[in-house]
Amino acid sequence: MNGDDACCEGALAAGCRFFAGYPITPATEVAERMSHRLPEVDGIFIQMEDEIASMAAILGGSWGGAKSMTSTSGPGFSLMMENIGLGICTETPCVVCNVQRAGPSTGLPTLVGQADMMQARWGSHGHYEIIALSPSSPQEMFDFTIEAFNLSEQYRLPVMIMADEVVGHMNERVVIPPADQIVTVERTAPTSDPAQYLPYQPDASGIAPMANFGDGYHMHVTGLTHDAKGYPTMTAEAQAWMVDRLIGKIRDNADKIISYDTMFLDDAEIVVAAYGISARSAKGAVLAGRQAGLKVGLVKLNTVWPFPEEFFSHLSTKVKALLMPEINMGQMVLELERLAQGRCQVVRITHPGGAIINPSTILAAIQDVFEETK
Amino acid sequence: MLNEKHIVITGFGGQGIVLTGSILGKAATIYDDVHATMTQSYGPEARGGSCSSQVVISDQEVAFPAVEHPQVLICMSQEGYQNNLPSLVEGGLLLWDTDLVETGEHDPSWQTFHVPATRFAEELGNKMMANIVMLGFFSALSDVVSVEALRESMLGSVPPRTKEVNSQAFDRGRQYGQAILKSLEKQGGQEAS
Repeated sequence: MNGDDACCEGALAAGCRFFAGYPITPATEVAERMSHRLPEVDGIFIQMEDEIASMAAILGGSWGGAKSMTSTSGPGFSLMMENIGLGICTETPCVVCNVQRAGPSTGLPTLVGQADMMQARWGSHGHYEIIALSPSSPQEMFDFTIEAFNLSEQYRLPVMIMADEVVGHMNERVVIPPADQIVTVERTAPTSDPAQYLPYQPDASGIAPMANFGDGYHMHVTGLTHDAKGYPTMTAEAQAWMVDRLIGKIRDNADKIISYDTMFLDDAEIVVAAYGISARSAKGAVLAGRQAGLKVGLVKLNTVWPFPEEFFSHLSTKVKALLMPEINMGQMVLELERLAQGRCQVVRITHPGGAIINPSTILAAIQDVFEETK
Repeated sequence: MLNEKHIVITGFGGQGIVLTGSILGKAATIYDDVHATMTQSYGPEARGGSCSSQVVISDQEVAFPAVEHPQVLICMSQEGYQNNLPSLVEGGLLLWDTDLVETGEHDPSWQTFHVPATRFAEELGNKMMANIVMLGFFSALSDVVSVEALRESMLGSVPPRTKEVNSQAFDRGRQYGQAILKSLEKQGGQEAS
């Protein structure tokens, strides 16, 4: 099964019943499969007129009570930015899958890129926190899509799956477990008297319970700065209350949200950190480095946003260098540079897009650093 | 040591090049129970553009799915042949469609075989099955995946109503490959073309 198809199956397994999208290479297969599969499970698929409308539609679908998603690639992702911000501000659970191709603009439609990583973080205006996951195989497309839905339902925000063309189009074995072994999370429903309900008043978990349209609760959903009741409130105090909450619900729970895998960190002097398809190149290089007797380790980021700040901050005190291969001219590596604060060397292994990074390129960079720091 | 086989199938859009790679990968990963990845490259055109699929089959998890130096190269177009020929490893296996590729000079270490796959497919009623003829041909000349796995995978990947005719296409290619091997045995030589 290819990664795009696996993403679709993961969404269905997570309970997704509404998809609105506009076809774009290399994400089309997600929509295509959804158009066949959703009607089979009493779900709804809509092909919208563009990506702006697609994003708007899934926000509406989510407020209607359906777990909702869309998929796209760079140009469509750009168009979605405004309504992603609306989803963040209105705390609307949904999932956006970006199967990245090389940009800017139309770029290389059929070839790989990883250059939308900062756009995922900062693409919509205003200050907010986001959750983004980065799968490196069709199996992870399945698993991470389920996780993306669970995180979006739990923390009430659009969650991004930052895939890429190679992972989306790669065919590999995907194991789909029986439905009763798949953990799914549902948004917390309000228990208060409908007359007293405050749609943006957090409960003890820090997240506000969410009523769906039609549940009998009075609702007001707006992109304007709003109070706990959801009513527009044009004051600096209301702004502070809202923004603190939008940011706090992610920052305060970062430990629970962040996921990464490590290899050979115990004695590693040089660590390669990578995500998505580049994590596979990195693993190949690290295994080859170990075979050559080099003390090199691997951190594979499953969550890219929020970034594991404490972990890398600590790691930078223990190693000689952190290396990051990515198919852009240096984006997530900026986080490493920021966190290392000069305590260790940070090496960029960049690629403008169109091809994946060869493990031999990463291995050569590892060897260079060992030579320099001898 | 890692036992990994790298295969490139190349042709133009519309020939089922990606499906061929997918059948091969599925044969390995689902029916032979080893690891496999299939990646593809194609241009923005829907049909007629150059296209290839890369399959890695391994007894361990595949770290890097791209293929740089294939051990097997299957060519279904002139452009695919010319672009990929230099990447074939020493001792590699080279297969091509007799009528679609005009060959040049070959490394003497290569094992080289060709089959009129498109012509055979046309004789069976649909030239779109040329890729399946080629798969059958490949099954006779390589043991990267078992023939049973390849056949099962193929039957599971084509539209149900075309199973029988695709099965014939597979057998036609396989028998042609077996006949070449037999005649080579008689000659006692390795040269095929």
